[in-house]
Amino acid sequence: MLPAGFEYVRAATPEEALAALAAHGSDARVLAGGQSLIPAMRFRLAQPAVLVDIGGVGALAYLREDGGFLHVGAMVRDATLERSPLLAKYSLLADCSSVVADPVVRHMGTIVGSLCHNDPAGDWATAALASRAQVVVRGASGERTVDIDEFIVDAFTTAVQDGEMAIEAKFPIPGPRTAGAYEKLERKVGDFATACAAVAVSLGDDGVCTSAGVAIGAVGTTALRVAKAEATLVGQRLTDDVIASAAAEASALADPVGDLRGSVAYKKDMARVLVARALHRALARLEGARA
Amino acid sequence: MKISVTVNGQVYERDVEPRTLLAYFLREDCGLTGTHVGCDSSSCGCCVVALDGDVPVKSCTMFAVSADGHEVTTVEGLAKGGVLHPIQQAFWDQHGLQCGYCTPGMMMTIYTMLQQYPHPSEQQIREFLSGNLCRCTGYQNIVKAVQQAAETLAASPAQEEVPA
Amino acid sequence: MSDTAVQRPIGASMKRKEDPRFIQGKGNYIDDVFLPGMLHMAIVHSPYPHATIRNIDASEALKIPGVKAVITGADLVAAGLGWLPTFHGFDKQMVLAVGTAMFQYQEVAAVYAETRAAAADGAEAVQVEYEPLHAVTSPFESAKDETLLRPDREQKTNHIYHWEVGEKDATERALAASDTVVKERMWFQRCHPAPLEPCGCVAHFDAMGRLQFHVTSQAPHVYRTALALVTGIPEDKIHVMAPDIGGGFGNKVPVYPGYVCAIVGALKLGRPVKWIETRTENLTTTGFARDYHMDVEIGATKDGTVTALKVSTTADHGAFDAAADPTKYPSGMMGIVTGSYTFPVAFAQTDAYFTNKAPGGIAYRCSFRVTEASFAIERGMDILADELGIDPAELRSKNFVRKEQFPYNSALGFTYDSGDYQKTLDLALENIGYKQLLAEQAEKRARGELMGIGISTFTEVVGAGPGKHFDILGIKMFDSAEIRIHPTGAGFVRAGTKSQGQGHETTWAQIVGDELGLDPQNIMVEEGDTDTAPYGLGTYASRSTPTAGAAISMAARRIREKARKIAAHLLEVSPDDVEWQDQVFAAKGVPGKTVTMKDVAFAAYTNPGDNEPGLEATYYYDPPNMTFPHGAYIAVVDIDRDTGSVAVRTFLAVDDCGTIINPMIVEGQIHGGLTEGFAIAFMQEIQYDADGNNLNTNFTDYLVPTSLETPHWDTDKTVTPSPHHPIGAKGVGESPNVGSPAAFVNAVVDALSPLGVRHIDMPLTRDKVWRAIHGT
Repeated sequence: MLPAGFEYVRAATPEEALAALAAHGSDARVLAGGQSLIPAMRFRLAQPAVLVDIGGVGALAYLREDGGFLHVGAMVRDATLERSPLLAKYSLLADCSSVVADPVVRHMGTIVGSLCHNDPAGDWATAALASRAQVVVRGASGERTVDIDEFIVDAFTTAVQDGEMAIEAKFPIPGPRTAGAYEKLERKVGDFATACAAVAVSLGDDGVCTSAGVAIGAVGTTALRVAKAEATLVGQRLTDDVIASAAAEASALADPVGDLRGSVAYKKDMARVLVARALHRALARLEGARA
Repeated sequence: MKISVTVNGQVYERDVEPRTLLAYFLREDCGLTGTHVGCDSSSCGCCVVALDGDVPVKSCTMFAVSADGHEVTTVEGLAKGGVLHPIQQAFWDQHGLQCGYCTPGMMMTIYTMLQQYPHPSEQQIREFLSGNLCRCTGYQNIVKAVQQAAETLAASPAQEEVPA
Repeated sequence: MSDTAVQRPIGASMKRKEDPRFIQGKGNYIDDVFLPGMLHMAIVHSPYPHATIRNIDASEALKIPGVKAVITGADLVAAGLGWLPTFHGFDKQMVLAVGTAMFQYQEVAAVYAETRAAAADGAEAVQVEYEPLHAVTSPFESAKDETLLRPDREQKTNHIYHWEVGEKDATERALAASDTVVKERMWFQRCHPAPLEPCGCVAHFDAMGRLQFHVTSQAPHVYRTALALVTGIPEDKIHVMAPDIGGGFGNKVPVYPGYVCAIVGALKLGRPVKWIETRTENLTTTGFARDYHMDVEIGATKDGTVTALKVSTTADHGAFDAAADPTKYPSGMMGIVTGSYTFPVAFAQTDAYFTNKAPGGIAYRCSFRVTEASFAIERGMDILADELGIDPAELRSKNFVRKEQFPYNSALGFTYDSGDYQKTLDLALENIGYKQLLAEQAEKRARGELMGIGISTFTEVVGAGPGKHFDILGIKMFDSAEIRIHPTGAGFVRAGTKSQGQGHETTWAQIVGDELGLDPQNIMVEEGDTDTAPYGLGTYASRSTPTAGAAISMAARRIREKARKIAAHLLEVSPDDVEWQDQVFAAKGVPGKTVTMKDVAFAAYTNPGDNEPGLEATYYYDPPNMTFPHGAYIAVVDIDRDTGSVAVRTFLAVDDCGTIINPMIVEGQIHGGLTEGFAIAFMQEIQYDADGNNLNTNFTDYLVPTSLETPHWDTDKTVTPSPHHPIGAKGVGESPNVGSPAAFVNAVVDALSPLGVRHIDMPLTRDKVWRAIHGT
């Protein structure tokens, strides 16, 4: 399949990109990694009149820690993050980065691009929710930082307005005794998730959970924060029963569509199974670190 | 739009529509038909090329205009001076191909993989190849080909051309 | 003095001669063909599964810069090309939709333009008005004839044909009298061969008025004859060239509407026309495979001796019966359904129906429905074993055709050439450590873990086929070879087959080299060009080695016979005193007096004596019988209770394909076929929803396993040559697809049998397995 024609603007700087977006409004789409947009264009499901290519904007390819956050610039590729030594303490993000799409696509796809695309089965949105990430959005009226819960609006819809662009995603640097895990059930590499789960938990010295992030993906119109699971975990030791209770909340919240990947009943149960597995794995990492 | 892309060390200056996919640019505008197109959904990897030396890219999921000013290596760029690259030799020695359609994309993925992981385990090989489909071989001899290529390259790295 | 330690070419794992061009990206596939002035063609598809076409408006499309022309079904009908006979001969199919769209994605119009992009834009701009009709998506609904799908046919019914073989009454009596009868409905799901290279062609009428037709065809000569019959163009004015083909698996056997449209476009516009389909078009319009609903009944005595077999099949052919079966076999080789077992009596029947789905049925390494038949019997035997509480290996052994019984006449009319089923099974059981696996399974079961062992001991039938029974469009299914040896001892062989990855450029040279004592490296192999290759029926259904391989052997022996006379001249003895011994011609009774084939080749041109100069021969081989490869496959699986994920821990394939020409190539074929069988068992299906929408239209939904999901394959072999084949070879390409799906399903069902599961239809998705475990 071949895309329809479009006008092409190559930006060298973020300012150039924003100027082009402001000029063309809803006619323009940002081209970052292109690994979601170009396939949509090949099927002519997307037919943007203008593409603003930010692939060459080196100024957006930064990956650094400061001010308590890991800053992932808009042009950081999945594979770059996957191989970064910085990822050693971000167990959730490390797990996630190794199962996004496939190894070749990861060399072009970007984390921020995935968050902006906001596919209901998106891995990064699920991981971002559990991590309590934020997205920095810039436009003509200035720059704002949006909590991921507000950034995710609906399927394929985010808080980014016409004329604006997401500049970076920020992930809080994990505190001591924090670990996470990402579980993805897919029919084969490269498939969208049948269900996925992301968790991040912190324990006090006494082994009691002090904070928890739990999110599920591919089982709703967007990735979902399982607030009740988080509430179940905080203030408790992470025993098998506590984990099972928290996981059951994921099942209850999940609202999947039955399709070729699985029935509604199956996907709901997988939300539970994956949250439980992710929590057990995060716990094992914490116990392993302590040993 | 006028673009200039260096492919296998040679500069190609062409005027293309922005919507021209890199795969078709290589095949039709540069006359290099070794890169193949096998699907519509970026699933099969027959079109993989190496961007700027070590980045594997599905060339059906990239516009040629985005490659302007960049370097691309295709299967035609693997052999040097008539001597097969160790990856090519390994595919031949290990019967890593049958119909040959997935082979160029496979080899280009491997070409970039071995730069990142020069001593891959079988599991790593199977993981790195999981973006490239094959219908004929069942992957088993492809894995053996990668293992042979890795060994050969580790023993005596292939001479890379120094860009002008 | 001969060196008896030198490896003969047959049996050598010779590196492939065709590889150098492929590994350098210098293959010549259809999309690599560029002719001056070439136009591109794109097809407009129906979004509706069943609809009256009220109007087609091409005016907007024709305004797009670069678009040259648009044709519709009406245009083709006016030119006498609206319909195309299917290879099966029972039916015809629309080239472009005529009045009614019959399945979702059916071809409705063709657009010709200067560039690929302009053709795509043009196709988007064609406006078609449809009036949707009720779509029939189940053959069972179709059978009720409440919606007539094919008013164009003489018989006003959706029932295409009834076929049967065997003894109906005797079988039913035997079943009724049996101690035990098991009965199961099994659906072998619709799937698709999906080679990585989609179908395509370039059509061009040259200055001499010849149609130069480059096309992805597994059967180029049949295409040439079919095109001559359909278009009226004299056959000498048609030149079909099949270039390098990126995988066939049966997908590239039928003649597709796109091919006819390209030819029409080339004729009408006076310029070459290229059509390369997209993956979506490949999956939604080209020859699908399987879609057989089989009711399998097996009768047995208490102790497990089988008494009778009855298999009744409802076949879904889609909108047109485009299944490329030999004429007398509308249900292919279903008669092989008695498998490896001595059924005293059996009966098989098939009733086929039209539905609003893509046309076809024969494809995906099926050996003409042997995949369906083999699945039915191997699943059936496991169900019987489960019912009787007998070990599945033991039940099979008990009922095997014994080595001494070959050639064996089955209850359904096949004469199996040779086999040693017990030997092959014993080797498999030994290699895999069956006893230890059973012990491990018992232990795991006690802990509630789900481990399964699945066996498949299949016999398949390939090598179509003897002229008295087999024809396609009336053309008997022989095959052919032409060999010419040059003065310096090199040469070529041309055959009527067409490799799509099977390695003929190597294996055919190995046969010639072995028969003639020449180096296979210097025997060039050519296939696929109808101007030069002798007439053949092509490569599919594992027929190449049984038919063309035999023809090559026989042609080489004709050369050897002539060469013997020239050798006699060189040796100055009578031809009766010359023997072919240890790859040289020797004068009988005179040690050391020998000449090589190379010596003779040179002499054939420089000093032939009284013999006709030159050294070449042709052979058209009509096989006396089919061949019957067999195998024993064993799968070991572990199932994750929580997710329904099935891990294939081990898979062992022991194959017997008779004489092996190149072990490396055979092993590669097995790996590839097992991977396809694995995909079919666990993840592949072309599903239509109740409204007729195709749900698996590209590789995001029609799943091809990657290197990570694909198990490691263990292989081994036994060798039971075919007594009627010149080199004893049987063919093997399809055995892994034939034998493996049942092994996988048997293993999963075995794992779940403590939960009372007896059968699950493929694909064994996680959801299905999970539901079987959790009973939801």
